[in-house]
Parts: sequence; structure tokens; C-alpha cells
Amino acid sequence: MTAVLSVQNLRSSVRTRAGDLEIVHGVSFDVAAGETLAVVGESGSGKSFTALSIAGLLPAGARVTSGEVVLDGQEMTTLPERLRRATRGARIGMVYQDPMSSLNPLMRIRSQVAEGLVAHGWEKDKAAARTLDVLGEVGLPSPAAIGRLYPHQLSGGMQQRVLIASAIAARPQVLIADEPTTALDVTIQQQIVDLVARLRDDYGLAVVWITHDLGVVARIADRVLVMYAGRVVEHAPTQRLFAHPEHPYTAGLLGSIPTPQDPHGSALPQIGGAPVSMSALPLGCPFHPRCPQAEQRCAIDEPPLTDRDGGQAACWVPPAQWRPA
Amino acid sequence: MTALPPQAVDAGPAAAPATARRDRLLTRVWRDPNGRIGVVVMTVMIVVGVLGAAQVLGHDPIDQHPEVRLRGPSGANWFGTDQFGRDILARTAEGIATSLRVAAVSVAIACVIGSVLGITAGFFGGWLDQVVGRLIDILFAFPAILLALAVVSALGSGWQNTAIAIAVVYTPIFARVARGPTLSVATAEYIKASRVLGIPIRRVLWRHVLPNVSPPIVVQTTLALSWAILTESALSFLGLGTQPPQPSLGLMVSDARDIVSIAWWTLAFPAAAIVLAVIGLNLLGDGLRSALDPRRESP
Amino acid sequence: MTEPVIEVHDLVKHYRTRGRGTVHAIDGVSFRLERGKVLGLVGESGCGKSTTARLLVRLERPTSGSVRVAGIDVPRARGSELKMLRRRVQLVFQDPYSSLDPRQRVGSALTEILRVHHIGADERSRRAAVTDLLEQVGLLPATADRYPHQLSGGQRQRVGIARALAVRPEVLVLDEPVSALDVSVRAEIMNLLMRLRDELQLSYLFISHDLGMVRHLADEIAVMYLGQIVEYGSWDEISDRPRHPYARALQAAVPIPDPATERTRARLEVAGEVPDAAHPPAGCRFHPRCPLAEDVCRARDPVLAGLPSAPTDYLVACHVVQRQAAEPIGESRR
Repeated sequence: MTAVLSVQNLRSSVRTRAGDLEIVHGVSFDVAAGETLAVVGESGSGKSFTALSIAGLLPAGARVTSGEVVLDGQEMTTLPERLRRATRGARIGMVYQDPMSSLNPLMRIRSQVAEGLVAHGWEKDKAAARTLDVLGEVGLPSPAAIGRLYPHQLSGGMQQRVLIASAIAARPQVLIADEPTTALDVTIQQQIVDLVARLRDDYGLAVVWITHDLGVVARIADRVLVMYAGRVVEHAPTQRLFAHPEHPYTAGLLGSIPTPQDPHGSALPQIGGAPVSMSALPLGCPFHPRCPQAEQRCAIDEPPLTDRDGGQAACWVPPAQWRPA
Repeated sequence: MTALPPQAVDAGPAAAPATARRDRLLTRVWRDPNGRIGVVVMTVMIVVGVLGAAQVLGHDPIDQHPEVRLRGPSGANWFGTDQFGRDILARTAEGIATSLRVAAVSVAIACVIGSVLGITAGFFGGWLDQVVGRLIDILFAFPAILLALAVVSALGSGWQNTAIAIAVVYTPIFARVARGPTLSVATAEYIKASRVLGIPIRRVLWRHVLPNVSPPIVVQTTLALSWAILTESALSFLGLGTQPPQPSLGLMVSDARDIVSIAWWTLAFPAAAIVLAVIGLNLLGDGLRSALDPRRESP
Repeated sequence: MTEPVIEVHDLVKHYRTRGRGTVHAIDGVSFRLERGKVLGLVGESGCGKSTTARLLVRLERPTSGSVRVAGIDVPRARGSELKMLRRRVQLVFQDPYSSLDPRQRVGSALTEILRVHHIGADERSRRAAVTDLLEQVGLLPATADRYPHQLSGGQRQRVGIARALAVRPEVLVLDEPVSALDVSVRAEIMNLLMRLRDELQLSYLFISHDLGMVRHLADEIAVMYLGQIVEYGSWDEISDRPRHPYARALQAAVPIPDPATERTRARLEVAGEVPDAAHPPAGCRFHPRCPLAEDVCRARDPVLAGLPSAPTDYLVACHVVQRQAAEPIGESRR
């Protein structure tokens, strides 16, 4: 499989009063058509910033400092802003966490979806026809009627479907979904996960799914990228990652989910410590202050991302030497 | 289950040396570039006003000296003299004192009454909110200067009445500024938490609602002070504020308008004082706005 | 049987709104919580679980029905009785960001509560009590000098718990206490809650949408849908062998950290979304979304009742489940 989206050694930083602060610290990955890559991390891990960097949607004061984002053979970071804007939306679709704030409350659904198409050079009547089609494709009943409504007249799940319709309307090659199910009820989350999986197969989309929810990851992802402190700490096929994680942070995340097999009322395994702050990174491996497996060298040298059993991990201590928790 | 020693659980940033600095408000205003200029300007204005009110500037602001009428700025009269030979520096200083006094008193009244009305209306809602809301609407229906004129005409002139008139004009503004944020603070979860904790309602209003709605009120105070100075000047200009021979910045501008073509200094200095005070208060408001946000303290 | 600390009987809360009509937030809910136990209240947005929390701590009063907490008639409490209620039941909020006053240092927030309730003889003993409270929830004493925005999400939620504990309550109502937190922090807060329950002999009403979390902590679980309890029983009955189709959908939503199982597990598909609580569907309120719905479900509201095959404390409100249990050769329910 050839990669539709290839990210190489991406670094982004944000300007603060105390100088530039690096949020994304050398992230690399490929995604092929029809494939789903999950980017997993907690708040402050840099996962959303990575997505915004790829889509070229970084907020004011933030910028990509180095690295490559290659979309279907074309380097994006060096493109002039005007061309990048044309590419975004046409070739990269984005879906966000909070559907209500991503939709214009004063605009009818069909106008919002069509607006994006017209902005990418579609003729008005073609855009209108495509809007109706795509609203149907995301499973909204009677697209014509829904198209006439305003966002507040729809439920959260339907709003998220509209956002997804809007993201895929121009038939992009890549869909970046930034926590698209977090704000939704659990039964609706299932529906949205299933919808994206179906669209991925129908359109041959390369999906980058950003989440903190490992349940969703287990369900939809082919490969997983685990981020911590702006770095990739583990990158592996989903099966392998869940079966035997190679990084103690991944192991900790997996362990902290209560499962139906857990004895009732027992203490849940916890990682402990507080998430890192990018402005006060420790020397060595950024995870070592919280790591149950940390050795002396972890506090001195930062481990590189090395190949491990079908994936990659950035840890000095191989799992065979891990102490039981 | 094992009880972990508390320190092991979540040391986090709290383990770092306590950097929560209890800086004084003025220090934080001073750190803001605009705030700093505002503080300097207003300090100078107040010092000049106090000196003027204490009449230690070498000249009496009211004594007439016909022999030195309409003299330009000189070593004897730094800002020159007016058509009665009165020293413009002494009169400007005294005028600043009058203007600041009227502005401070009127804004203090408006701020206290308006904030209390706005906060209680916003917090309790219901009929109280309706009544206060209508009252605000009625007062807003009149042009500000007309309302002030009407009040002064009814009460008579003099600085106390001018202050009351300006207070009447600005009370609804403060009520509205306080009410808006109170509406959102009243439904905030930390207010619910304090109710569940059984904290008395007066304490909730004073300790939790007021501090969280105070930044816009404080900023409004500085803006209102600058408007009050302008209004006082306008009323005096129209002959309804401070009465001659007592100097006031507005009155001085009014007196100067016929002779400005031959004696620019009679207009320039009092007018500059008005402009400086207004700019100074606005910059101070800017500085306060950023200083009052606790999120700006180092994390 | 020990004395219940919470007794809720036939609780109803309706909100009259402009334009939408009357919203049926809670429609006839009854449950009891025994001392030292944890009752889990599970459901999605709009099911009435948060309204129940607000009624229990007297942030609101019910339209009808009774609520007793630690022997106090909650809706009718006034004066000293209300003050006593405030000391016996406390609420922990979901969002540790919006539930702390941004302009108050942690220490000052805690001493304020102690002062209002006359706990501690003087300021010095109150400050010592604040240090104890912070240590009890796993925070350093220096946290007292901090503003909420200087703390991490987990630390803030610990402060929220310390604040609730300041009045030394008997019952805590936990309204989604871990939902807003990072995955790795959730386990810590859950462990803290378990430790505190044991150390302080607390009773919890634990409200959540996550059956997986509730399963871990609760002794009994009530599943709510559109203002009603649809299934009620011991934790293992509800979390491991749910019978009601809605509870089964919630169970299916609990993540299993194993892709092979997660992708192949049988799922009960629940269609559509929660209807408007101002116009709840006739008959069983779940029927428009229910894969098992029959004609009777559209016509009649099912009654919350026991099953012959289930333990005596088990209740379910579903025509299909009740009929299948009554049939002599009951087909396997799962």
C-alpha cells in the first residue's frame, strides 16, 4: 500500500511570552487509502496540535517549524497559504469534537455544506445536488428536509453527521477526525464510529482518528500512534499494541481501563503523577518521572523511537525486563 | 485495597516551590505598559489637583489682577493669565481638583448603587430583574446630557448637585454592566457548589459573585470617571455646573472660546488637562483589565 | 437490613418551559441507598440522573414525591434542619474546571466552609483542618496557596472532593466525577473514592454514563432512561447480565481493550437518539429505538417488576423481558 498522507519528522511550536514552546516534537507516520490510524494521547500530548499542523489550521502564533507533510506526493508545508487553503477541504476533510460550535448557527444545513463545495470551485447546482447526496450518505433521513433546518434544530449526533458530510462532500483523500465522539452519548458514539468506518471503505479514505478513548481505537483503528509530551512513544498495529504494549505508558493507559473481568471494587491500576507540562519537560525520557519501569539512564538520555516487533517504541527498557506492577 | 501515601499520588506541580505570588494590584497594573502610563498620568493629575486645591502654587486662582490681563506664558505665570489677570496654572490646578472631586463622588455613588442593583437583579432574577430592567431602560431612553441637565435644573447648581446629576446618568450603566456577567456567574457550578455547602446567600454574593463580576465593573469605573470629567466640563460650559468665579476645566474652556484667537493659552491648558485626564483614566482601565485576571498570574 | 441513608419515593420533576411544553425530567423514580453502600445511577444525557442529583442536595425541589436523606425530609427542610442537610449530603461535580471559584485560592475556599459551619475553634485549627483535608485527598499542603487554574484536572477534582468532605458528610452524590478527566487520571480518582468510602464510611450515589466505571464501584445499579428507572439490581446482575435492551446497549458500549473481541462482539444496535423529554413516546419510552419492540411496547408503559428467574432485589421494566421470563420454556435471553 502506498501512503496517501505521509508525515515526516513534524515539529510545531507556539509563541509564548517565555519564547517559542515546541508542542509537536518530531512526529512521523504514513496513512494509506482505506486505512485508519488512531492517534492516542491525553490532554497536552500534542495530538490535536499534530492534526492542526497537518491540516494547516494552526492558530495565530503557532507554526510548523520543520518536517514534511506529503499529501499524495505533494509537499504541503512549503505551499503558499492560498494553495494550501484550496487543498484543505478539497483533499483533507476535518471533523471536530464539538459539532455545535463547528457549525454556523445562522446558516441552513444545506448552505453550510454547499458553501464548502462552492469555495472549492464547484458550480452552484452541482454543489446543491452533491449536498443532498452526501447528507443521505451520512445516514440522515430525508436529506432535503434536514438541509432546510438550522443546526440548533438537530440533535448532537445529527450535527456530527452534518459535519462529517461537510468534511467528505468534496471527496477528500484524507479525513482527520479530532475526538469526534467525545461529546456524544455512548450509544450515539457507536453509530458515528460505524458511519466513519463505512465511509472509509466506500471512499477509500485515509482516516486519522485522534482520541483518548482506547475503546474506539480497538474498534476502528488498523494502527495506533501513542503520543506523550509531543512525541510518538509507540507506534504499532492495533492487535499487537493491545496484546503486548512495548512502552510502559501504553501499558499504563491500557491497564487503567476497568474491564468486566476486574474483581469488583479492587484498586484500578493507575499511572500516577501528573501529566507533563511542555514548558517544564524533565531531562531524559519525558515519561520517566511517572514510569514504573524507569532506570537511571531514563533520567539522562531520551530514548529514540526504534523498531520493535512489527512496530516502534521509544523506551530503553524492553518489556521482558519490566517489573510487575 | 492499599491506601497510598498521599504525597505519592499526585505531587505534580504543587511539588514545585510555591510560585503563587500575591502581588499587589498596583504592581500588576504597573507591569502593563498601558497601565503604567495611566498610573503616571493620573498620579501627576492628582498631585497637581491637590497642589491646586491647597493653593500652594504661588497664585490665588480667584484673585483678579487687571494689570496683567491676557499675558502669555512667562516666568511669573507659567501658563499665562486670563482676561481678568488670573493665573491659568492655579486655575487649571484648581479646576482639575474640582473635576476630579465631582467625577470621583458621582462615579462612587453610581458604581455602588448600580452594581448592587445589577448584581441582585441578575442573581435573583424574577420580578426584581424585571423592575430593575425597566428602570434601566427608562433612564437609558434619555440622552445622557439632557438627563444631567434636567437633574441639575431641578436641584440647582453647585458641585454636589452636579455630582448627583452625573451619578443618576451613570447608575443604569453600572447596573447593566454588573447584571450581564452576574447572569452567567449565577448559573456557574461553583455558585451551585457554595449553595450546596450552605454558605449564606449574602456571603455568596459578596465573596463569590462580586469578585467574579468585578473586572468589568472596575474597568467601567475608570471609563465612567473619564466621562464624568467630560460631563462636568460640559455642564460647567453650559453654565450649570461649577459656578464662577470658582474655576472648573469646563468653565475655563467656555470662558476662553471668545478670546482664543488672541490668547491661545487660555484654552490650551484647561483643554489639555481634560484630554490628559480622559486618556490617563482610559489607559488605567486597560491596565486594570489585564491585571484583574488571575489567570495571568504565573502558573 | 441497615437503615437507608437515601430514600426516594415516586419522585417527579417537571419543568415548564416556554415553547417546548412541559419537560418530564424525572417521572416516578424510587430507590434507596443503604448506609456504607454505593448506588450507581447510569444513563445518557437527558435521562434525569443529574436532575436526581440536584433534587437530593436541594438545589431544586421536586414537583412531587418524597426525598429523605439521612432522616431529613429534603424538600421541606428549613432553618437548622436545612443546615444539617448541608452537612450530611454533599455533591461532587463533573467539571473540575467550572466547579471551583476561579478567584478563590484553594485554602480560602476550604476555610470558608469550615467557618460557615463553625467547624474548628479558631483560624489556626481551621488551617490545620484544611491541611488534613488536602492530605486526605492526596494533595500537598502547599496546594492551599494555589488558584484553581494553577492545578491539573486531577488535582482540581481532588480539591472538589476535599471541599465536599469539609463538612464531614455521610453521603456524597458524585455527578460524573471522572468523565471530564484524562484516562490515566480517572483510575486515580476512582481509587481515591474507594479509599475514602472505606476510611470515612461514606455512602455514595455514583452517577455516570459509563457502565464500566459504575460496575467497579457500585454495589447496586439503577439504569435510567428518559426520566425513569428501566432496570435495577445488584452490580453483577446489571453490569454483567443486563436484560433490558437499553442496559444491554450501554453494556455493549463499554470498551474492551482487545481489538479481536471488540470487533466481533455481538452488539445490540440501538437506532436513533434520545427523544425530546418534553414529548416522551407513548407506551415504553424506549420503544422507538428498541430492536426488540413489539406492538405491546407501543401501547402500554411497562411496569418495573421482578422476574421469577432473577434475585428478589432485581427489577426490570420491559414487556419483552418480562414475557420471556414468564414463558415456561424461556428462550435464552442472551
